[in-house]
Amino acid sequence: MRETNIPLYIRYIVTAILLTSFLFIGFFITNSNILGRAHNTLIIQIGFYIILSVSLNMVAGYLGQLPLGHAGFMAVGAYSASLFWRLGILPSFSNIIVGLIISGITAAIFGIIIGVPALRLKGDYLSIITLGFGEIIRVVINNLDNITYGARGLLNIPRYSTFTLVYICVIITIMVIHLIMKSKHGRAIIAIRDNEIAARSCGVNVIYYKVFTFAVSAFFAGIAGALMAGNQGILVPNNFDFMTSVNILMIVVLGGMGSMFGSVISSIVLISLPVFLQPLNEYRMIIYSLLLIVVMIFKPTGLMGSYEFSLTYFLEKIGIKRREENV
Amino acid sequence: MSNIVIECKNLGIDFGGLTAVDNFNKSIKSSQISGLIGPNGAGKTTIFNLLTKVYKPTRGSILFNGNDTKNMSITSINKAGVARTFQNIRLFNKMTVLENVLVGLHNRTNCNLVSSILRLPTYFRSEKKAKEIALNLLEIFDMKDIYKENAGNLSYGTQRKLEITRALATSPKILLLDEPAAGMNPKETEDLMETIKKIQNDFKIAILLIEHDMKLVMGICSEITVLNYGKIIANGLPIEIQNNQKVIEAYLGKGEEIA
Repeated sequence: MRETNIPLYIRYIVTAILLTSFLFIGFFITNSNILGRAHNTLIIQIGFYIILSVSLNMVAGYLGQLPLGHAGFMAVGAYSASLFWRLGILPSFSNIIVGLIISGITAAIFGIIIGVPALRLKGDYLSIITLGFGEIIRVVINNLDNITYGARGLLNIPRYSTFTLVYICVIITIMVIHLIMKSKHGRAIIAIRDNEIAARSCGVNVIYYKVFTFAVSAFFAGIAGALMAGNQGILVPNNFDFMTSVNILMIVVLGGMGSMFGSVISSIVLISLPVFLQPLNEYRMIIYSLLLIVVMIFKPTGLMGSYEFSLTYFLEKIGIKRREENV
Repeated sequence: MSNIVIECKNLGIDFGGLTAVDNFNKSIKSSQISGLIGPNGAGKTTIFNLLTKVYKPTRGSILFNGNDTKNMSITSINKAGVARTFQNIRLFNKMTVLENVLVGLHNRTNCNLVSSILRLPTYFRSEKKAKEIALNLLEIFDMKDIYKENAGNLSYGTQRKLEITRALATSPKILLLDEPAAGMNPKETEDLMETIKKIQNDFKIAILLIEHDMKLVMGICSEITVLNYGKIIANGLPIEIQNNQKVIEAYLGKGEEIA
């Protein structure tokens, strides 16, 4: 709803130029192997953690509920995409796309199945019930031995997760969630967070929007799971245990609940930090934890609070400065 | 009569063994301001919750525009045209004033999910129209210049006004105001009286209000219902209520017989 004098098409063009240039820079860096294999993997890992945290942020930050079963949706997406990819019935490119869509849709269906009963509850009760569902999904996958190969692990998953694919998925995720949030649907979601009873008496269908948000969040978690599978080439159910959900939640809280920009920044920081602290050996987990504590003490709302990066605002700043120089 | 907006017939609700409201009969005509008064715990807010479908009645029925509202939900009764405010203000504190009103316009903004995500022309058209309506409403209530402000930062009186504006944004046929003057100083109460009169004049809708401020109730209501222990003890014009013995007893208690 920000008012600006900059026409829409200029903002679109600037955004498109920036996004494509980032794509080329990233593509060049990952393909020319300047950073080495470990860091290339790290970049891809950051990518799907951005998708995970941004999608969790939609439920935790915008809708104001605290689910702890995000890894469950990720698992559903990862396994459904991997199983489809392994079949290899379609040529490579369409195989990737269809696999991703399947992973998102299956995860979203699970999101709806879990969301309908779970979202009747609020607060810590919701956290516990989603935690339970997340664990159920993991245990079921562990025991469906003839389909998922259980604890032995699902092997030979084609390694589709290149930088380009992950990058495009990240951009689509952020854009779709942003566009939803900046419409009447997004306003309804935030209204539910701020005051559910008031939202209801304004004619907002609370149950619909809660389940909808949950489903969208699960959809993207599923895609992130698929990207993770395509990155690792092997899946074991323990990839999706409770700690994974907690890690994602930690990223969201550290970045600032309700700030997508915060989720992106804190994904980058928290995922790359352990790698960069590697030279410190056993001290690295202490420093990592201390850092979290320090941030939470001095910035309890998270790194970014509820700040949202706005390119328009940035452009306006530059524009105004130029005008002053001219005068 | 045909212009009755809402009609309660033998309405009653029990909470466990406690009868909160019993045998409540009242009909409200369009473009009429009626008041609902009574001592604390008389069941006034319970009636609001019944009218807005927060509670399901144990007995009796509510007719809205002649239709039974038995199967309606909170959302659908709002769509049909019943809007309310709350005793303790319930605004969307982290949203701006404008956004608060836009949420009120939720069901009048015709833009489905697909056109929102793809930013089709429908999106821009509906957003522009909603924003226009919202700004118009805000202008009527002198809040246009603060539309960018966060709702949580407003003064108490303005928050009340915003809550009423948001309720009006849903284009109701009846507006239920739950203690709109609670916690206001005399100046703010006077402004509120003007606002309520203005709503009735401009929007031609029925208003039902719960209030403890007798000056306000007696000043603007054309009909007053008095409730005590969940039952109607009096119903009539303000002047009749003022002199009603039962009402005086309910508020002040029965006097000792003096020889």
